[in-house]
Amino acid sequence: MLITCPYCGPRDVIEFTYQGDGNRERPQPPSQDLDAWNAYVYDRLNPAGDHNEIWQHSGGCRAHLRVVRNTITHEILSTAFARGGHKSADNRAEGRS
Amino acid sequence: MAEQQLPERQSPLEPEYHPGSHGNFEHGIDVILSETRPGSILQLAAWPGEEKRLIEIIRKVTGLTLPDGAGGGTSSGARAVFGFAPGKFTVVDEAEGLAAAFAGIITPAIGTLTDLSHGRTAIRIAGPKAEWVMAKFFAIDFALPAFPLGAGRSTNHHDIFAQIQRTGADQFDIYVFRSFARSFWKALCHASEEVGYEVQ
Ligand SMILES: [Zn+2]
Repeated sequence: MLITCPYCGPRDVIEFTYQGDGNRERPQPPSQDLDAWNAYVYDRLNPAGDHNEIWQHSGGCRAHLRVVRNTITHEILSTAFARGGHKSADNRAEGRS
Repeated sequence: MAEQQLPERQSPLEPEYHPGSHGNFEHGIDVILSETRPGSILQLAAWPGEEKRLIEIIRKVTGLTLPDGAGGGTSSGARAVFGFAPGKFTVVDEAEGLAAAFAGIITPAIGTLTDLSHGRTAIRIAGPKAEWVMAKFFAIDFALPAFPLGAGRSTNHHDIFAQIQRTGADQFDIYVFRSFARSFWKALCHASEEVGYEVQ
């Protein structure tokens, strides 16, 4: 499996670290909305198909990336710097791949 | 600046550093391995949006002009610079004291300066089989069109993080953590045996 880092280009998956579901929305730190915190910690879409994920190119440039991966085929549909602030899972952020 | 009494730097490779010809060299020496021992190895980082200002500072201090693009770099004899991550650059000088030249110019508003001179070891591999040996270590494309002269790459070899700069058509400078350098060096020597290597 190759992931195309927007900075480094295509690299083997072994250089990357999975940082979790990219659909989660963290409540503001002072929030006391228990449902929101519960959803942040536990609720996952777990789709069979395209999935928004956060990865870090930990064995390369160390940038955090927003990746759309198909959980059935492992195809990487797009990659972009997480810093770009593209939030929505379903509006795929533009990337190199 | 007043002359300082600097401690003599010892190489972490020393117990395993054996100048001379090794391996299968009867048919010729196809790679030359050496430790370049630069006096200064710095890591410079720009905050988002400040990259251009940092690149301009690097040009003023070192005289080296970074080319555009991810992983771009250049070298000229004693000095070298390359991008290794977004907004981050490694700057190397044969002489010690480069950190002092940058200090005060890279203001907190622009970014940060980290002196890694004692934290990294610089290993050079050169020769017609340099690409071949490197390709056994790192899963990246070492061909000249994919990895142009001066360019830098961040990658790793079995969890040993490495920054690599191409400083010649068949020459690469590899920067590894000092604590891993001897182990990496030994592995590199083993990998070079089949092509015949010389340690300089
Ligand atoms: Zn990268």
